[in-house]
Amino acid sequence: MDLSLSPSEQRFRDEVSAWIEANHPGPEPDGGLEEVMAFRREWQLKMHEAGWAGISWPKEFGGRGATLIEQAIFVGEAARLEAPSPANVLGLAMGGPVVIAHGTEEQKARYLEPILTGEEIWCQGFSEPESGSDLASLKTRAVKDGDEWVVTGQKVWTTFAQYAKWCMLVARTDPDAPKHKGLTYFLMDMEQDGVEAKPLVQITGEGEFNEVFIEEARIPDANVVGGVGNGWSVAITTLMNERAGLAFGAIAQIANSLKRLGKLAAETRVNGGTAAEDPVFRQRLAQLHIEAETMRLNAYRGLTKTMQSGIPGPEGSLGKWQWADINQRIGELALDIEGAYAPLARGGEHALAGGAWQYSFLRSRANSIEGGTTDILKNIIAERVLGLPRMR
Amino acid sequence: MYFDLTDEQQAIRSTAREFLAARYKSERIRELAESEHGFEQSDWEEMAELGWPGLALPEEWGGQGLGIVDLAVLFEEMGYALAPSPLLSSAVVGLALALCGSDDQRERFLRPLAEGGLRGAPALWDAGTPGTIGQFTMEAREDGDGVVLDGEKILVMDAASADVLLVATADGRRHLVERQAPGVAIAPSTSIDLTRRLYSVRFDGVRVAPEDSLPAAGPDYFDVFHRICVAVAAESTGIAQRTMEMAVAYAKDRQQFGRPIGAYQAVSHRCAQMLLETENSRSAVYGAAWAADAEPGSLPRAAAIAKAYASDAGWRVPDASIQVHGGIGFTWEHDLHFFLKRGKANAAMFGDAKWHRERVADAVLA
Repeated sequence: MDLSLSPSEQRFRDEVSAWIEANHPGPEPDGGLEEVMAFRREWQLKMHEAGWAGISWPKEFGGRGATLIEQAIFVGEAARLEAPSPANVLGLAMGGPVVIAHGTEEQKARYLEPILTGEEIWCQGFSEPESGSDLASLKTRAVKDGDEWVVTGQKVWTTFAQYAKWCMLVARTDPDAPKHKGLTYFLMDMEQDGVEAKPLVQITGEGEFNEVFIEEARIPDANVVGGVGNGWSVAITTLMNERAGLAFGAIAQIANSLKRLGKLAAETRVNGGTAAEDPVFRQRLAQLHIEAETMRLNAYRGLTKTMQSGIPGPEGSLGKWQWADINQRIGELALDIEGAYAPLARGGEHALAGGAWQYSFLRSRANSIEGGTTDILKNIIAERVLGLPRMR
Repeated sequence: MYFDLTDEQQAIRSTAREFLAARYKSERIRELAESEHGFEQSDWEEMAELGWPGLALPEEWGGQGLGIVDLAVLFEEMGYALAPSPLLSSAVVGLALALCGSDDQRERFLRPLAEGGLRGAPALWDAGTPGTIGQFTMEAREDGDGVVLDGEKILVMDAASADVLLVATADGRRHLVERQAPGVAIAPSTSIDLTRRLYSVRFDGVRVAPEDSLPAAGPDYFDVFHRICVAVAAESTGIAQRTMEMAVAYAKDRQQFGRPIGAYQAVSHRCAQMLLETENSRSAVYGAAWAADAEPGSLPRAAAIAKAYASDAGWRVPDASIQVHGGIGFTWEHDLHFFLKRGKANAAMFGDAKWHRERVADAVLA
């Protein structure tokens, strides 16, 4: 057992943090999403030029071929130093790895480079209005027409669809097959008449997510990934990649939030003292630190296990569950510390901490829904880790 | 970065699992719960042959010279098996002698203790006080060369079967007093935990020779305390692991409304919660155990995190397991209550969750 970084891992960490500190473009612009996306594109290009985009991708495909621990260090440092997100998160974390794992040589040659540069943004077309957690029940149809597929249906919760060139689309190609078998994974060009993205306004008032309406859109047969009828297993690879990469960034992000929460507690007056002196707030704050630490240590244990076995296990679901829970409770505690000031949001002069915690509180409500609901994660843990009978 | 047990530590685990499972079946635990000292001397002698009393004590003084990670592995198994044993009480005295004793005391007490021929028990908390960590009221009254002790200590583990008591006094010192010394009177207490004996011990003009008072004082004992917190937290983790396994096995087997109850999410999600708490507890324990061995500067905070988390998980998981079992889980006949009681008693020992959370708050709000 050795929970410290080896000398070479430390050198890597120092290299990462030195590069981020030297190239950090500062906080994201306050303006609209357009401005933010332009800012992130520029940041991603800088990352790519220094070889940090696609850090997990093999070198032959333009990545860095970093080990799992190096990936963890990079993501952790980027979050710790509050580096911006690259523009093409979904392309880097899911699209690229799927093309590398399941794509043809032509697909690799065509798609990988523009993902890395951020020239082409990717989005993910999995969920549908009637297929959320039960993803395999999705209804979007793709019908073969010569050497093309004609697609009709609707997708939802599609992050950044309005900026995307390519959509990782899962559609039903065989309505007669059992529900997991009749699906195919496509790369759909978003820039065509049959595709329309409409932003969904969230409870925060922003529009990260979209509805995507697909009406007889056309996809060349060459854009099938992993073979017709294999959509489910290709999609699962995507989701595994999503979960494995996120943990260490989430851990560093929680550490930052807890630091800010400590500052809020020290600066906020309650009952003739500060919130940092209040025994109840101290207990709650300590408990969040304790659980954040167990989450960090679990992730390291998971990483060691993945290095031994080669694949991330279903235990990753524990981390996603825990992250959502801790993040939500951080927002809740912040608003409780603010007390009577809790309703005052960004934009008002009396809002505490500039109203930042009102946003965190609201945005974190989605944490137990996005990327697998906590309820579904508990099912996965019960069935695949504990071996309990399936509920259906 | 590598977060897993070594092959040697895996071997300690499998030896302990096998040894303890063979000895502590349900009927035997129940028999021992009724016995005078709560454990069997012959079991102790076998544990001594395995080197357990001296596992994390220096080789120089007859121990195995292993670390706190190894000790945590052993204590996790002690909890898993619900083993009734004076191993914990003796470990406290052993670590105190190793870290805070004089060489003469180590020669006289630590060596036989490490080899299993002598057992110690810590007598820390004073009757009538809140039992706050590090705050003792018994005076060490100077008298001639040595000191004289008067008063009553409570919550003393295994006092009636220990050879020597390690007695804390208000000045922050610790003193070695033989159980059979004149003026020492031991009375059993009734504990909810039937697998670990607690006693009150009266000291009536008990004389301590100067060579029997440890040279260290006050804060020095936190080095012992933090390591013991890790061991107790490890034991509670084993309790959580075992009772989670019991719940999962029962949920697969028990049928209601025509299907196993584990197919219902009210039950399966409760089991998932048990896994989360057990795994968190284990991570916190081994994180702290590693700190004790490799990065002692971070041990105080890591030990507080481990003891706070495992104190809660160590009784909540058996409690949830009782709920999964339904009525049968509430019966004396079922073993679950022994686990719940040991977990709850462990939660209160060496600082409860609230006390340790306050330490974490101190560290993070500084």
